[in-house]
Amino acid sequence: MKPVPFRYVAASSAEEAVARLAEHGDDAMILAGGQSLLPLLNLRLARPSVLVDVSRIAELDYVVESDGALEIGAVTRKRTVEHSPLVRERHPLLHTATGLIGHAPIRSRGTVGGSLVQADPAAEYPALAVALGATLRVRGAGTTRTIVADDFFQGFLATALEPGEILAAVRWPLLPSRSGWSCLEFARRPGDFALAGVVASVSLDDTGRYCDARLVPFGVGPRPVRARAAEAALAGERPGESLHLRAAERVAAELGPPQSDAHASSEYRAHLTRVLVQRALAEAAARATSSRGRAPGV
Amino acid sequence: MSETFTIRLSVNGCELEGRAEARTSLADFLRHELGLTGTHVGCEHGVCGACTILLDGAPARSCLTLAVQASGARVETVEGLAVDGELHPIQRAFLEERGLQCGFCTPGFLVSTLELLRRNREPSDDEIRDALGGQICRCTGYQSILASVRRAAEKLRETDGG
Repeated sequence: MKPVPFRYVAASSAEEAVARLAEHGDDAMILAGGQSLLPLLNLRLARPSVLVDVSRIAELDYVVESDGALEIGAVTRKRTVEHSPLVRERHPLLHTATGLIGHAPIRSRGTVGGSLVQADPAAEYPALAVALGATLRVRGAGTTRTIVADDFFQGFLATALEPGEILAAVRWPLLPSRSGWSCLEFARRPGDFALAGVVASVSLDDTGRYCDARLVPFGVGPRPVRARAAEAALAGERPGESLHLRAAERVAAELGPPQSDAHASSEYRAHLTRVLVQRALAEAAARATSSRGRAPGV
Repeated sequence: MSETFTIRLSVNGCELEGRAEARTSLADFLRHELGLTGTHVGCEHGVCGACTILLDGAPARSCLTLAVQASGARVETVEGLAVDGELHPIQRAFLEERGLQCGFCTPGFLVSTLELLRRNREPSDDEIRDALGGQICRCTGYQSILASVRRAAEKLRETDGG
């Protein structure tokens, strides 16, 4: 099928994009890389009358390190992040998670901001943003505000963006020293949306015990949230199989039953989550152990 | 009739121009406006990979790219592979290893292989699977495609060496 006809406006700056949105109101949608929107247009599930193309706004296309975080402009392509030496060196978790998103041709076009604004509960970036405590910078008509990831993702495909606002940039905090990480997922075909996945980020103290742990399952609820009861159960304990099994059971308990659909039953998703949490904790703890004493982000 | 835009592309090294509505995909523009029907359209929602082309050197779904968004870009399609009727080494490898049957998905596999082998002359099987994971083939069962890409890499390394 082909999209219904629409008007197309290419914005050359963030300010212009916001002005165009204000001009066209509810009939307008933002087009960035198009990898989520174009399928909806082609299937006529979305029928906007105006598309405001932000994909060529140069001021929103960058990767820089500042004040303990990597800041990435909203229209930066995922392929740029994937191949960025800065990201690979300073934020291996972000590098790894990016490589898990879709297939190579999707990453060539799809943008960092697009994934965050789409807020698909099975996507990697929203879960990563929640795990890291990323902050999102949002532009509106004459306004700029910053939203923490926990508040940004509000439900299934729903974010805190108000009408007329666009996402400008995201700041991904670097991992502290003596920390380890993991991002694992299971999909029937690599590159498809995950049936279940988990982001783990952990820190160990001088005695090798967990002092900070963050666990964010994805694909198993309407939005990514930290499994705080499981995180708390890890604090002060030494990494180990039985501890990780208990943590995985806690994750399953606090998450509640995941959704059932044509791709997987609720029970299967819950099983995958338990297995992935254990593997992710083992991997993250091993990385934290081997990186103890090394510089931040390495 | 809605508004149309002038689209200028470098396609396989030729500067080409045409007009398209905003809603026209790059795939339809290549096929219907420029007459380059080597790029195939399968699912039209980014799942099958048949329409994959190279856009400024990177693989992209031409069904999920508007022609108007691609204007000014460098596009490479399957038509750019063979020179003067002489098959490209990647095409020869697919022929020799029977990397195709019906051939519908093949243009997407060929250009994705081209992009992979440009940046990696000696890919592992895992790297091949990762690069081609977005392409669906309903005929071959993929093993012969893997063998074709391995063979293509060999051919290109031989060319590099001599």
